[in-house]
Amino acid sequence: MIAIIDYGGGNLRSVTNALVKLGCKPKVTHEPEDVVNALAVIFPGVGAAADAMQSLRESSLDKAIREVIRKHHPVFAVCVGMQVLMSSTEEGGWHECLGVIPGAVKRLPAGLKVPHMGWNQVRQKVRHPIFEGIPDEANFYFVHSYYAEPKDAKVVAGTTEYGVSLCSVLIKDNLIATQFHPEKSGAIGLRMYDNFLNFARVKE
Amino acid sequence: MLTKRIIPCLDVTAGRVVKGTSFTDLHDAGDPVAMAADYYQQDADELVFLDIGATPEGRKTMVEVIENVAEQVFIPLTVGGGLRSTRDMRLMLESGADKTAINTAAVLNPGLISEGAQRFGSQCIVIAIDAKRVRDNGYHRWEVCTHGGRKPTGLDALEWAKKAVALGAGEVLLTSWDADGHRAGYNLELTKAISEAVSVPVIASGGAGNLEHLYQALTAGKADAVLAASIFHYRTYSVREAKDYLAERGIPVRR
Repeated sequence: MIAIIDYGGGNLRSVTNALVKLGCKPKVTHEPEDVVNALAVIFPGVGAAADAMQSLRESSLDKAIREVIRKHHPVFAVCVGMQVLMSSTEEGGWHECLGVIPGAVKRLPAGLKVPHMGWNQVRQKVRHPIFEGIPDEANFYFVHSYYAEPKDAKVVAGTTEYGVSLCSVLIKDNLIATQFHPEKSGAIGLRMYDNFLNFARVKE
Repeated sequence: MLTKRIIPCLDVTAGRVVKGTSFTDLHDAGDPVAMAADYYQQDADELVFLDIGATPEGRKTMVEVIENVAEQVFIPLTVGGGLRSTRDMRLMLESGADKTAINTAAVLNPGLISEGAQRFGSQCIVIAIDAKRVRDNGYHRWEVCTHGGRKPTGLDALEWAKKAVALGAGEVLLTSWDADGHRAGYNLELTKAISEAVSVPVIASGGAGNLEHLYQALTAGKADAVLAASIFHYRTYSVREAKDYLAERGIPVRR
């Protein structure tokens, strides 16, 4: 079973639609047990990281997410889902996050339009099955005002230029995280989810 | 580099896409789901759906349209027209929309912008501004109008745009009511003024008649995205042709 984590607020419909299009039957769930038992987990997110953290704590999903990442289950975190993995965020004051990836979530620099909204290129920093069939510098759809800055440069698998060179793809063991929205990035985005499903060996 | 977005707009009433000049003289332009799928294949960057009937039945039809589109079209979808409450917004977001555009309801109740932004995030709230040029003691300014351009509000478009963004709108969809439907080009002066006044992206709308107009809005008009309807609906140009044209002239676009 592929679990899509539902912690309120997130737009899960488009993530679900994308996986259905790829031939899966994902389960949208807010049960920690489902997350722990899933073959692969998708951790979507829109809205503010602090709100997301609060919802995750209230539903004990925070523990479930830490557990599946510790056990190296395949996890794909998207946008705020990626930000919440970091140690802390400065969105709406300082807030502690999941702390799975050491680093901070910062506001995009002033001077450019914020949110960073639209299609921008991802420069691939590593060779990885998640990039299979996806050209370097391919465009993905972004919409965010904050960005994750991991301390360990080795986890930065893709970068995107927007005032700063931001980490747009993060990979650590079987954890994949993207600042952009693959489910809104057309055929290239669907390809990335398909690569994840193959990587997680959940496709027949 | 962030690319400039090309956004086909589908004006929908009673489940059909229509096209007309300044909300009168409407012609049937096709089935919204089929047209959306077609624009997706042409590499449109986003799609905007406006419910121009804005009746309760129309909203129900729009929900079905968005549900069907979202199953096969994997680019951002914005829905607007007659959304009056966060409940209306939620209905559209749950149907598969990524953003909701609000216009008249926000003018009547600016608190709706902050309420929506708080509940769904700023990225889901597009402030749609219809502006009309008015003369004022020998000078001109732009006034916000509502109800499909029929009702002047007295609000200054620049001030309103700034206020809406301060309240939490994540994007501005700016329509020049003087230019709309005339295919003589976007209102560049207005677009530039609004784009420079706010910190969020601005979508220029109203007046596209050829590809040069798109180029002008993105350069002289300083818009982040251009919205057009008839030039795409009537296949005067495909989205792909528009992007090729812009790319040749040095505009970063997704191809």
